Amino acid sequence: MSRHEDPAASLAVAGLSCPVPANEGDRVLLGHGSGGKLSAALIRDRFLPRFANPALAVLGDGAIVELGSERFAISTDTFVVSPLEFPGGDIGLLAVHGTLNDVAMMGAEAVCLSCGFVLEEGLPLEVLDRVLDSMSAAAAEAGVPLVTGDTKVVERGKADGLYVNTTGIGRLRQDFTPAPDRARPGDVVLVSGPIGRHGIAVMSVREGLGFEVEVESDTAHLGPLVTALHQTCGAGVRSLRDPTRGGVASALNEIAGASGVGISLEGTAIPVPGAVNAACEVLGLDPLYVANEGVLIAIVAPESEAAALAALRSFAVGEGAVRIGVVQDGPGGMVTMRTGLGGSRVVDMLPGDQLPRIC
Amino acid sequence: MKFLSEYRDPELARSLVDRIRARSSRRWRLMEVCGGQTHTIVKQGIPEVLGESVELIHGPGCPVCVTPLEQIDRALNLAGRPEVIFTSFGDMLRVPGSDCDLFQIRARGGEVKVVYSPLDALELARKNPQCEVVFFAVGFETTAPANAMAVWRARELGIENFSVLVSHVTVPPAITAILESDDNRVQGFLAAGHVCTVMGWEEYEPLADRYRVPIVVTGFEPVDILEGIWMAVQQLEEGRHEVENQYARSVRRDGNLPAREIIGRVFELVDRQWRGIGEIPMSGLGLREEFAAWDAERKFDLAGIRASEPAECRAGDVLRGRIKPIECAAFGTACTPESPLGAPMVSSEGACAAYWAFARYRGAGTEAAS
Repeated sequence: MSRHEDPAASLAVAGLSCPVPANEGDRVLLGHGSGGKLSAALIRDRFLPRFANPALAVLGDGAIVELGSERFAISTDTFVVSPLEFPGGDIGLLAVHGTLNDVAMMGAEAVCLSCGFVLEEGLPLEVLDRVLDSMSAAAAEAGVPLVTGDTKVVERGKADGLYVNTTGIGRLRQDFTPAPDRARPGDVVLVSGPIGRHGIAVMSVREGLGFEVEVESDTAHLGPLVTALHQTCGAGVRSLRDPTRGGVASALNEIAGASGVGISLEGTAIPVPGAVNAACEVLGLDPLYVANEGVLIAIVAPESEAAALAALRSFAVGEGAVRIGVVQDGPGGMVTMRTGLGGSRVVDMLPGDQLPRIC
Repeated sequence: MKFLSEYRDPELARSLVDRIRARSSRRWRLMEVCGGQTHTIVKQGIPEVLGESVELIHGPGCPVCVTPLEQIDRALNLAGRPEVIFTSFGDMLRVPGSDCDLFQIRARGGEVKVVYSPLDALELARKNPQCEVVFFAVGFETTAPANAMAVWRARELGIENFSVLVSHVTVPPAITAILESDDNRVQGFLAAGHVCTVMGWEEYEPLADRYRVPIVVTGFEPVDILEGIWMAVQQLEEGRHEVENQYARSVRRDGNLPAREIIGRVFELVDRQWRGIGEIPMSGLGLREEFAAWDAERKFDLAGIRASEPAECRAGDVLRGRIKPIECAAFGTACTPESPLGAPMVSSEGACAAYWAFARYRGAGTEAAS
């Protein structure tokens, strides 16, 4: 079937919801890529049984492997954003920041990067040049060389301009292994800055969506923040996560599940920029599920809270760092939120993508 | 944000909660009609702060939930046809039909697109004359004017490859059906602010009068909803049964006249099935005969597609407030959010799904997350 002109945005990658349940059929659905329950089921049922090994079983942002006496973190990510360029960044920046951030969230110092490109026939070379310039600048700024790569070209219509995969390798620090399963009751939940900017920036320029907001993607390298957390709090840092696809809500659900704890959020403490809030209102989105590319969540021991906040706030991208909640005994594996009214609600993992609501 | 932050002011909200709790001499049972209100109520944790003063019964006002299985199956049939581009609001895509949903049809190669407006679907038809573009026209009176306008424009522009699969429903007959049932438990209603923005509230006056129930036209923000509850509780305590308008910044007594006019020109009242409730006479909108050429049901001969709700599902009783979801034998066994039998388990705002989440939360064995 030919491609049709589409005056409306396909909110395939981020949307909102009358959140109806996920039905798994006999084919891959877009919801399998949402970072929600369908994604988790896909990994659990189809990938894990076939590749089972101890490093994979941890299911972190990447894996930890031992080489001689040293331990390394390795993480890989594939980037398929549309449009390729959006306010505040492009796919190249995302590809470098995203993988470096995943390595950083494991507590490692990035050593090198690789990349693999799928290019679509007809992609303007000037677009490719801009994307490569972004990647090169981001890698240089982070001080991490891009040491190997690969390119493939597919026929027009077989890819969305370009796809890029990056893999990062990092050296783990001694006595610093933040992990999703290390959150303990009494710990505090910190977020490094205002949430929801990347997802809204990308949506604002999707074809046909027709709304204008002055929101730029927050894409940023978070490695320096993690280095500062390591230096000031050490083992007081329990878990680190960059809440990309699926947003803050999904990342916290993963931590609550892995650690077998409850996480209680203070609704009024969560920093949502006014423009993000406005866009979410129009679209019926919940900012807690909108993607970020330059925000980290840190679960830290209560005695490390002040030092961690000070460390985060010493960076421009972390100056809005605040505490948004606490870790509790239970309910195990659940994230709840205290609302401004004093009521509470469950902040569940979404079955699939957020979808635009009718009502 | 102007016109928004005022209605989310926690201080104001808490003072309303205090007033409601102090004024209630017994536990009043109110139904919020609209799914958008249910959304706010669940999201803000309003039932918990109201405690014993008011029980909120979630009404049948989520268009996703009440669209009948049969109509979903017809949508799936159309979406799977090679010549059809099927367009819909986003949240219909995951609603299960008899054996799959629109997402699965898309994964199998069907052309299914999310649109924000039926006029976008019409534009798609204009740009793709070789295809048949069908728009899934669901919703209450709120979405009816834009859907009517799309059909009107299609005729005006002579666009023949566009049609709508209509599953429109209207609020007053649903309220009547609930009040007519022998064991009705609902003592007052929060009417849907956006529906009334279009339709006004004249048609609710005979209902309040005949069934002696307060009906308060209510908005969607936390302060709106609490004020609507407060107004309804005052009426109940004083023995009054009137239509009052909490949502005065948006709703006038006679509604939006041009919107009502376009609805009346394009649609007529028809009998309509409600998922989980059954057929309610003259409760839906269907295209008038003169627009038959844009009616997907007639154009594609879908009448043969029939489906029936699972017999063990007691969604109708839940929606009328007759039973709690946990009193249904299928709850949590044959029927879960991942594999729902009925409408209230379909949407996470539905009563059954809300109970499911709540039970999971409480079942974990600790107090509220304070």
